[in-house]
Amino acid sequence: MKLDPATIERLKAKIAVYREFLKNWLEPSNLAQLRPKLEFQTGILAGFALIASVLLGVTNCSTEGTIQRRLDEDLKKSLEEVVPSTLYDNDMLQDTMTLLSAEYNIGTDETTVYIAKKSGNVSAVCFKLTAPDGYSGAINMIMGIDRDGNILGVRVLSHKETPGLGDKIEVAKSDWILKFTGRSLDNLAPAKWAVKKDGGEFDQFAGATITPRKSVQAIYRGLQLFKAHQDPLINP
Amino acid sequence: MFLSETYRKIAADGIWNNNIVFGQNLALCPLLAVTGTATNGLGMGLATLVVIIASNGLISVTRHLIPSEIRIPIFVLLIAALVTLVDILMNAWAHELYKVLGLFIALIVTNCALLGRAEAFASKQPVKHALWDGLMMGLGFLIVLVALGAAREISASGTLFANASVLLGESFRFLEVTVIPNYKGFLLMALPPGGFIMLAFLIVGKRLIDQKIAERKARKVSVTVLTPAIAEEES
Repeated sequence: MKLDPATIERLKAKIAVYREFLKNWLEPSNLAQLRPKLEFQTGILAGFALIASVLLGVTNCSTEGTIQRRLDEDLKKSLEEVVPSTLYDNDMLQDTMTLLSAEYNIGTDETTVYIAKKSGNVSAVCFKLTAPDGYSGAINMIMGIDRDGNILGVRVLSHKETPGLGDKIEVAKSDWILKFTGRSLDNLAPAKWAVKKDGGEFDQFAGATITPRKSVQAIYRGLQLFKAHQDPLINP
Repeated sequence: MFLSETYRKIAADGIWNNNIVFGQNLALCPLLAVTGTATNGLGMGLATLVVIIASNGLISVTRHLIPSEIRIPIFVLLIAALVTLVDILMNAWAHELYKVLGLFIALIVTNCALLGRAEAFASKQPVKHALWDGLMMGLGFLIVLVALGAAREISASGTLFANASVLLGESFRFLEVTVIPNYKGFLLMALPPGGFIMLAFLIVGKRLIDQKIAERKARKVSVTVLTPAIAEEES
């Protein structure tokens, strides 16, 4: 589109008028006059709110995909920690099944189970579970179980336990959590799924009994969830 | 001189005389929450530094637009929006850092020091001064965070800047030092009460230094008063 010189001149003049108006309006002395007026105050507050929400909305929309990708990468990394890479050749994030888990008290009413397949056959499953009753808040974990119900690995994803005492559930602080590997409901009697203080199999920590006790109990409940759905999970 | 009198005064105020923590006793909530280790303190300090410069600048630019009757809601709105922006952008583009600091970013909103600077300084000063003030106040806060974090970390676990490489990248691994090898650990210092105790020691230290400076100044003044008298006697 081409504009004739006369129109351009007119537009330029108009823009100059607006600019002049805006410049005068933004003069501190003019604003000082306006500031006590209620209409001005209302308008300014609304204006600030509008600009802030537009800015936040645009940023949120434009970064949503990136953040989701980052979260997927995080999840993938945790999945790889509890399921050995030799056991699967599929994309576990895409192969999922949702189980109703309200009665197992592992944090959520629905649990997404990630299914590991090797040449089409289910080799292992993996899901997040939570001990909602840790010493100072929920303990979020992820657990991998092979198709026969043996634990492949458990890791703590996040927790609020006491630093120096309860945080030995982290693999970075102690190898306590590795003791679960190879355990299953079949090779360990229900009464043994407890800390040693309660007559069970697993160590407690000096100065922190509740953290390991509740973690063991949550892992036990997680295994029960798997057992209840073992058939549909491993024979899809 | 590199900096004019005004800028030097703002810098001295921000870093020492009117330091957010030592001078104004503000921002104790984020301070005590994150200074378990020097690395966390550094991360929180950097995040706060960015937000306080931005908020000071923004509020100074718009200071003529903001009526004093509704300044507080506008300041809160601006600061909250800024913090949320930093939160979202960091989650997307600096995700590893976000996993370490994510919890603390939201805490910046509760940092009354930002509102304090907006109210006491940025809303009355030109943009250049406001930005400089934000930088200096932020630096002052950063220094306290790192100092408190380092003191607590050394006394709690005998290390310094543990996990700094997670925060700043592999090239900063040299910062990670074990100050006291085979240290048994002193748990109290890693817990919130340890933060209060260590902060008290730091404040005492600052007061002592201030006292020394004041004494020295007083002595200098008395010397300058005496000299003319002696000179007269001699003549």
